[in-house]
Amino acid sequence: MASPTIAGLARQLEAREVSSHELTQRALDRIAASQPVLNAFITVTPEQALAAADAADARRARGETGPLLGIPLAHKDIFCTAGVPTTCASKMLAGFVSPYDATVVERLNAAGVVTVGKANMDEFAMGSSNETSFFGPVKNPWGLARSPGGSSGGSAAAVAAGLVPAATGTDTGGSIRQPAALTGITGLKPTYGRVSRYGMIAFASSLDQAGVLTRTAEDAALLLGAMAGFDPRDSTCADRPVPDYAAGLGAPLRGRRIGVPKEFFDDGLEPGSAAAVRAALAEYERLGATLHEVSLPNLGLSVPTYYIVAPAEASSNLSRFDGVRFGYRHPGAGSLEELYKLSRAGGFGAEVQRRILTGTYVLSAGYYDAYYLKAQQCRRLIADDFRRAFGSVDVIAGPTAPAPAFRLGEKVDDPVQMYLNDIYTIAVNLAGLPGLSIPCGFSGGLPVGLQLIGPHFEEGRLLNFAHQYQQATGWHLREPAA
Amino acid sequence: MSLTEKDVRHIAHLARIALPDAELPAVAAKLARIVGFVDQLQAADTTGVAPMAHPLDERQRLRADVVTEADQRALLQQNAAAVDQGLYLVPRVIE
Repeated sequence: MASPTIAGLARQLEAREVSSHELTQRALDRIAASQPVLNAFITVTPEQALAAADAADARRARGETGPLLGIPLAHKDIFCTAGVPTTCASKMLAGFVSPYDATVVERLNAAGVVTVGKANMDEFAMGSSNETSFFGPVKNPWGLARSPGGSSGGSAAAVAAGLVPAATGTDTGGSIRQPAALTGITGLKPTYGRVSRYGMIAFASSLDQAGVLTRTAEDAALLLGAMAGFDPRDSTCADRPVPDYAAGLGAPLRGRRIGVPKEFFDDGLEPGSAAAVRAALAEYERLGATLHEVSLPNLGLSVPTYYIVAPAEASSNLSRFDGVRFGYRHPGAGSLEELYKLSRAGGFGAEVQRRILTGTYVLSAGYYDAYYLKAQQCRRLIADDFRRAFGSVDVIAGPTAPAPAFRLGEKVDDPVQMYLNDIYTIAVNLAGLPGLSIPCGFSGGLPVGLQLIGPHFEEGRLLNFAHQYQQATGWHLREPAA
Repeated sequence: MSLTEKDVRHIAHLARIALPDAELPAVAAKLARIVGFVDQLQAADTTGVAPMAHPLDERQRLRADVVTEADQRALLQQNAAAVDQGLYLVPRVIE
């Protein structure tokens, strides 16, 4: 039986064919059974979930409706949840309990979503394979020796394996889209500022954005509508109205223009992935859209630019972890400076330490202009490339990742090899644009993702393009063998 | 720009991360690999390009300078390893 979607479950809840309590218990049972195999969760919260499910059932009994009322969901463990541990997959925050809810959590709670637990991820969202988690790697349901991608790898594996219909994620350089591609599901990173970052543990503040991992574009539209919108508690959150994303899904694509960047189809793209993406573009032509070659000449600068900007911001953001106010505290420090140094060395994993050290270096006296300023200039070149391209096309399409899911352990020895896995996604974060990945075929039995990129605040357009594709094709319905 | 072990020791001090001598060569080698990789930006022509600090080129919004938080000290200090009478405890700083 195909795993249900939010839209499908909402119809069943509406018709009283099932209760939220039953759906939630089913999700909890599946999670418990999967955990020794997939390790998709860091924390599971059966008692709170069943209480929330009963509350949702009571709201429906009183006549309330809503597409998310009573739907089970997992939050990436980067979102603060009051009274439930929030670890960011780090020893640094093992045992930390947030005193408040993230805005994303608060809004989804208000819509009646039932949180079943906190999904595993790369430590502090720094990673592309979920192998940097203090709580162990997540396995890809399509092949247990393979990575589900990262950093939202637990969220992706949980949805791909049908444990929950949807999960939240965050995307700083590809952390929603790449795992969605590698696990054969739909993943949406909205425009920078579309969703509040309040209560979302900060990695790189000019790049971080919250989004969703779902089975369908329709479900992504329903969730984004509930999450997005102005929040005075995040000073970079956009103060503009949230459209009805679901209402725009049905628009026909006849005459719409798709830009295909030639730089996305270079030698670095695995041939089977290239074939699947080309076939998806041909499907869009059958749907009435036209393809146009565009160029992003500075795309090659994006990964090195990112690995200056993101570590610089991370080194500043993570200076708050001092062993004093919260988080891991080394027991044997003799002085305050030693307390800082030993607590940070003991609490942060190797990749997080590497990024803090890289960021500290590029911001240090004498190097700022050569690195950080230079990277900010390159960032503008990259953003300008997209602006030019969107002068003549409605969306840009290409691969999400250079290859299907790689083997766990395959890229851990060379950080730069791991970083290059995000070559097609990182530029989108640097430019602050919305990006979406949908399954578009297979290579060697593993899912391939098609990436759609839109102008700022055109999430609705991306969801429309994705939904029309999913109405015409069945890749998003394919599921790994149980 | 090449990165020496002495540089790495200094960076680790600035970042307040203890770095044992035994781990220094391995950490320095990986950092040098990363710095070598990002150094390719030096070849990009950015003459006259304005640095981009915000992806939408927007300015930080300001709010009125008024207190918006209630006192939650006891709640917030539940996550601290050592507190006493509302104060955070750290190793002695002044002898």
